[in-house]
Amino acid sequence: MTTITGRRAIGASLSRRDGPQKVTGTAPYAYEHRFDRPLYLFPVESDVARGRVTRIDASAAEDLPGVVTVLTHENAPRLADTSDRELTVLQAGDVAFRGQYVAAVLAETLETARYAASLVRVSYDEVPHDVELRPDRSDLYAPEHVNPGLPTDTQEGDFDRAFPSAAVKLDETYTTPMEHHNPMEPHTTVALWEAGDLTLYESTQGPHSAKQTLAQVLGLDADRVRVIAPYVGGGFGSKTVHANTVLAALAAEAVQGSPVKFALTRQQMFSGVGYRTPTIQRIRLGADQDGHLTATSHDVIEQTAKIKEFAENTAVPTRTMYATRSRRTTHRLAALDVPAPSWMRAPGDAPGMFALESAMDEMAIKCGLDPVEFRIRNEPALDGETGLPYSSRNLVACLLEGARRFGWAGRDPRPRARQEGRWLVGTGVASSTFPVIRLPGSVARIRYAGYGRYLVEIAAVDIGTGTWTALSQIAADALAADVEDIDLRIGDTAQPEATVEGGSSGITSWGTAIFEAARVFRDRYGDSPSEGDQAEAAAADNPEAGNYAMHAFGACFARARVDADTGEVRIPHMTGVFAAGKIINPKTARSQIIGGMTWGLSMALHEESLVDARFGHVMNHDFAGYHVPANADVGQFDIAWIDEEDPHVNPMGSKGIGEIGIVGSSAAIANAVFHATGIRVRDLPITPAKLLR
Amino acid sequence: MKPFRFDRAGDISGAVATLAREPDGEFLAGGTNLVDLMKVGVMEPDVLVDVRRLTSAEIEDLPDGGLRIGAAVTNSELAADRRVRSRYPVLSQALLAGASGQLRNLATTGGNLLQRTRCVYFYDTTTPCNKREPGTGCSALEGCNKDHAIFGASRHCVATHPSDMAVAMTALDAVVLVRGPGGERRIPVAELHRLPGDEPQRDTTLEHAELITAVDLPPLGFSSNSRYRKVRERASYAFALVSVAAALQVRDGTVHDVRIALGGVAHMPWRARKAEDALRGRPAGQESFRAAAEAELADAVPLRENSYKVPLAGNVITRTLLDLTGAP
Repeated sequence: MTTITGRRAIGASLSRRDGPQKVTGTAPYAYEHRFDRPLYLFPVESDVARGRVTRIDASAAEDLPGVVTVLTHENAPRLADTSDRELTVLQAGDVAFRGQYVAAVLAETLETARYAASLVRVSYDEVPHDVELRPDRSDLYAPEHVNPGLPTDTQEGDFDRAFPSAAVKLDETYTTPMEHHNPMEPHTTVALWEAGDLTLYESTQGPHSAKQTLAQVLGLDADRVRVIAPYVGGGFGSKTVHANTVLAALAAEAVQGSPVKFALTRQQMFSGVGYRTPTIQRIRLGADQDGHLTATSHDVIEQTAKIKEFAENTAVPTRTMYATRSRRTTHRLAALDVPAPSWMRAPGDAPGMFALESAMDEMAIKCGLDPVEFRIRNEPALDGETGLPYSSRNLVACLLEGARRFGWAGRDPRPRARQEGRWLVGTGVASSTFPVIRLPGSVARIRYAGYGRYLVEIAAVDIGTGTWTALSQIAADALAADVEDIDLRIGDTAQPEATVEGGSSGITSWGTAIFEAARVFRDRYGDSPSEGDQAEAAAADNPEAGNYAMHAFGACFARARVDADTGEVRIPHMTGVFAAGKIINPKTARSQIIGGMTWGLSMALHEESLVDARFGHVMNHDFAGYHVPANADVGQFDIAWIDEEDPHVNPMGSKGIGEIGIVGSSAAIANAVFHATGIRVRDLPITPAKLLR
Repeated sequence: MKPFRFDRAGDISGAVATLAREPDGEFLAGGTNLVDLMKVGVMEPDVLVDVRRLTSAEIEDLPDGGLRIGAAVTNSELAADRRVRSRYPVLSQALLAGASGQLRNLATTGGNLLQRTRCVYFYDTTTPCNKREPGTGCSALEGCNKDHAIFGASRHCVATHPSDMAVAMTALDAVVLVRGPGGERRIPVAELHRLPGDEPQRDTTLEHAELITAVDLPPLGFSSNSRYRKVRERASYAFALVSVAAALQVRDGTVHDVRIALGGVAHMPWRARKAEDALRGRPAGQESFRAAAEAELADAVPLRENSYKVPLAGNVITRTLLDLTGAP
């Protein structure tokens, strides 16, 4: 594989190139693009969970001064493709979940639109709904595959024989709740339909994929749709195309020539832009007297929507983490009258590794082994999922370096044995993993602008991760130029196609395309190009993909303090050590890991969407009720990287780091809470109520 | 939100007279709760009468050694006041345990007392709620009720009062000064809020157009030995699961006098008089503190998801009193 020598920019801790715009408020998010006389959209959401709209009385809304129109399924423009029922907005009166859009007001001000929406009277023929995920449901089914196209079930060896005869056994069930992403910038769109062309200023993780989806759904030629997203305030998997974007486009079609602005309220973020399914995970582990795993099973029950299947890949990390003589993994779904679940930062790996790494902690204790030593003892030679060698795997190095930095040596394994004042104190560890994903199809274009400067175009997107900076660094090294001489253009479908920012794949997919384009450029024009010389190239599939299993690994250590009187948990310190190949920019990478580990803390202690089954929707749908950590909850982070050379993953030698910070950190905290209190909480989040005995 | 008229009265009498003519109007002070409720359609007043600049923003010494807090004094100013910090530390601590710095800079003393419940059903206009829409039923009774009341609830409402400040004021026997269409009156803060009974739409005993103008803190010899302990699901910026405001006077190892009020457990700040009665004259130590807490909690009626509040309140009452004795 092509690799670069003489790197200068890759590996440098550059500050964000867009930092000055961000801190001065001049980096425009979708909603902040200015237009003359825009219209504002406010939706009416269904307040039944299943049924049919029988009547919509919009007269009071239409009579309000400033209201332009009220869209309903009776008058909205028709969609061309209604095969994706999540995106089939205002086409029929069917209601498939509570919170579904049943009407939308367009008005000259946001305030008018919102008030008018509250005046729209919708009558329903309501049908009993079913929103409860329970393990004893008779209608659980095996999906054809789990996200992102992986086998639903796997089997190695004979678990059913191995488990009963194991010397040491564990059989426990772990549960994680429904969770909602809630990026700081909500989902926002400005849609303009003019002379047959649709332009969207969109808060999206994939301008080109949004363009293709909208063209398909609306029946437009793809070249009539343009999606612009220079800056995005967080995505976390929620900012693919959901019904809100289609609704904005439909509204723009209805009022051609007028820009339509649509920003979701925080409450609306809980009913239509994806979420993480709740999970019920049974884990069984068997080991021999020496603490070698002989039997491993991970059986997952989770939910999806009747209107659209999303099968969270919760047991998948168990296929690759440890050596075991037998293994089975299964996923079963319940299809409910709920909004469609979707990708949420580290889908599968985050909930799955909470369960597996909690179970590994419990099993280490049963085996009488230190949890670090127990994991090292079960380090595999080959990947269990594929049978392939790893392109690089440095989990053991992460565990050992993390243990050294954290001061793990000499840890007293006894639970509830340390007290500082009223605080019970404990420590915990867990492993982390995330696959290296490269999505095919990204194209980069490089043009020499003279005076040593290069224009580099690719419709990648920066959702807050640092893409503006990291891709500039990659382009600089690919072209043997200075970062200052790279004029990067991203976030617009007028630029060459790029894949979605998801699965921590952005830098791998886009950076590979830039490297390829640079190679073609140099092949064609040499080291002394003329102004205007231009080359374009696509990222090829990774020829090594069939030869190696490719994953990043890490180890997370946490210190927990639990108030003995109240069960309040504080996490003063976490150490995270990760082996993720070459780190493009240690400064922005550190921010990614801080964000990820904070997310893990949030998952461990705070986040839980509470559904009232009688009504069918999330009740704590704001930040007073749905808790994420306050600054006061976040202690010190010690973050380090294992120096890892991996020539197989991509020309940069890098692995994605956007998600791995979450994975394992929730289990490290749960394990530390057990060590502090002697109470094993297998049901997230770990709240004071669960620790009061 | 629903359009409304905005009225800035010239003085208190004018504001009261204006609102008295507007049955669907509300006073507006800091707006930190009312404006949120208007945005989500829970409250839809026709008129807002701005009283922010009308009532006093001063904290004055009273001749008896107490303090008079103007209704417009912000939560930040009140928490930072030297006299409050030294004479009534429980009040300063309660204020600082509430909301965020930004909100405390805007929220007023009068407005804080009149915060409305944070019950998720009250806030969601698509679900039944007797407090929001009398007669529709209480969704929390059989629903998401981990945050709800263990004392004094009714089948019509199991909501809790969200204020921290009011809990401290209840322990301190504060008195609320009110001006209404019928003139002035003084209401002990413990009688300002009410239990839901069959009228959960009424949070307080105030009549329409009655305006809180000030709060008097009476002198209490031992209120300097007081503290506020708030338990919540994150370290900051969350409503109390349970909170305790307590003041303790110990003589010769015996409880001479004590004040205890609880937050997060009832439709109003809950004065723990049974615990107080059980403590006076008892040895100041863990055993009697625990027994006093249990005496109070014998009346608790937990719901499906909030039974944890009973042991939690017991532990926090005991611990807070122990802290006030200086025990480790």
